[in-house]
Amino acid sequence: MPTRRSRARDDATGWLFVAPVVVILAVFLLLPILMAMWVSLTSWNGQGSPFRSDVPFVGLDNYDRLFTRDDLARENFMISIRNNAYYVAIVVPLQTALALGLALIVNSRLLKGKSFFRSAFYFPSVTSSVAISVMFLFIFSNSGALTQLLDFFGIQGPQWFSDARGVLHLLLGMDTPPAALAGAGPFGLSWWEWLAGPSVAMCAIIALVVWTTSGTFMLMYLAALQDIPVTLEEAAKLDGAGRWQRFRYVTLPMLRPTMFLVLTLGLIGSWQVFDQIYVMSQGAPAKTTLTPAFLSYRTAFRDFDYGAGTAISFVLFLIIVLLTLFQRRVMRERRS
Amino acid sequence: MRKLASTFTGYSILIFFALVFIYPFVIQIANSFKTEPDAAASPLSPFPNPGTLAGFERVFSGTDLPIWLGNSLLVTIVVTVGRVFLDSLAGYALSRLRFRGRAALFGAVIAVMAVPGVVLFIPKFLVLNQLGMYDSYLALILPVIVDAAGVFIMKQFFDSIPAGVEEAARIDGAGAFRTFWSVVLPMARPALITLTIISFQGTWNEFPHTLVAVQNPALFTLPRGLADLVSGSLGGGTQYPLKLGAALLATIPVAVIFVIFQRRFVRGANEGSDKG
Repeated sequence: MPTRRSRARDDATGWLFVAPVVVILAVFLLLPILMAMWVSLTSWNGQGSPFRSDVPFVGLDNYDRLFTRDDLARENFMISIRNNAYYVAIVVPLQTALALGLALIVNSRLLKGKSFFRSAFYFPSVTSSVAISVMFLFIFSNSGALTQLLDFFGIQGPQWFSDARGVLHLLLGMDTPPAALAGAGPFGLSWWEWLAGPSVAMCAIIALVVWTTSGTFMLMYLAALQDIPVTLEEAAKLDGAGRWQRFRYVTLPMLRPTMFLVLTLGLIGSWQVFDQIYVMSQGAPAKTTLTPAFLSYRTAFRDFDYGAGTAISFVLFLIIVLLTLFQRRVMRERRS
Repeated sequence: MRKLASTFTGYSILIFFALVFIYPFVIQIANSFKTEPDAAASPLSPFPNPGTLAGFERVFSGTDLPIWLGNSLLVTIVVTVGRVFLDSLAGYALSRLRFRGRAALFGAVIAVMAVPGVVLFIPKFLVLNQLGMYDSYLALILPVIVDAAGVFIMKQFFDSIPAGVEEAARIDGAGAFRTFWSVVLPMARPALITLTIISFQGTWNEFPHTLVAVQNPALFTLPRGLADLVSGSLGGGTQYPLKLGAALLATIPVAVIFVIFQRRFVRGANEGSDKG
């Protein structure tokens, strides 16, 4: 029977053990978020402390500017949302499919040297994002490795990082907007701009990201593939199911939870793209690789508009938190 | 015959993907040993012609790379040691010690893991600035010296150790810390190694945190210095052997650890993902 004193001692011991983690997370995670909430309601310019009484309080004006006011802040923000949305729409399906393909190859019973290939596919995921970006800058540089490779096959490659043309425009073969799309669309961008698709430059970044992240997701599929009982597959074989049928009706359904995990982790992760943008393009050409994460950084630290910068962060935060809550909810439902 | 054909197709696909994933690194290594005109003329060739160390010489003499390297080592070692120790302390308490608020605290740790780092750039700067820590080693180290995911990994591991282990130590009158330090921690070696590796890799590669923590070039870590080196001249074909060489040097330590501890990396990746 624990006495009251021993209970108090247990409490003290427990909290002593967790104290460093609690204090550091409180000071460098919770406190910053609260401070940033305040800053997003001001027009602090980086001079002195944002908590002095002479820092102008502007209420929700910074958020208002992003959505309703017809000015540069909204234009930049909407462009960044458009860019990132296209980026997500391409990166997530591609990496989900490529990771599955790689896992199936590595897992196949016919092949030797599995662990070598598994490592080769996974290695980019553990390498510095900055170092990889440098590598791809070289590969995608004008008349660089990729251009020469395409040349070899008789294809004339674009000037990747100076090409701001949207791929949807390119696919349709249009340079100028048809009259129907030239008019103003939602949030101050014309329909033509909304429907541009990712720019050629953004496609280079998409290629790099799919290449780096697929390895991690491949490992998740591999773990799931190894959990599928061999007997299940053999039973299907005895029933006369062909290879494709076995994949479609046995393997794929068993992988569904993993696929959901990969899809949602991808969704959450690809709204956060920053390092590659910073190193490779800084939002150029013509703002077509601007993303909310990079825009918030730029607005605060280059334009010294900390209020608008933090407001962008919080909108992005909201997007990501909603996606995370959705993921956790579905996974919990499935478990119970 | 059919089997032969399918084996052939299988290997062709495998080799295609292996090339896609390995050849960029070959290009990186080869071109860092090329002269500038050679790298510009034949970037695809895996053979430098002529081979030269000029790029690397300029990396060491013409850039601050030695300083970045030193800073990266210092920050990575301190953060890794800190994380391994502090995360296991907290993970142990959350798994084994009975204290009020434990369940709520664990919930908070899970919640913290969901906070996307990318929205914390400006907030972290604000707090470092307010505390007068901005632009110091402390700013590079302290905010990242614990991580919720590490606490989670350690808690899961301690959950898997049978409770009887500590009973004997308790009966001998050892305090909670003694029990943790000399009985439980030695049993946690596999988890500790995994955590050490993930922390080392994560901290060595960390880039955005350094952007909002320091601006003095003497405090740059490797990724920060490297980013600074390239983001100035966009798209231009200039000095690529030097840049690729610097990027290669930033890649090597993690590559070495990866080769030695592959299995741990794999385990770490799956544990990190299994937190939902």
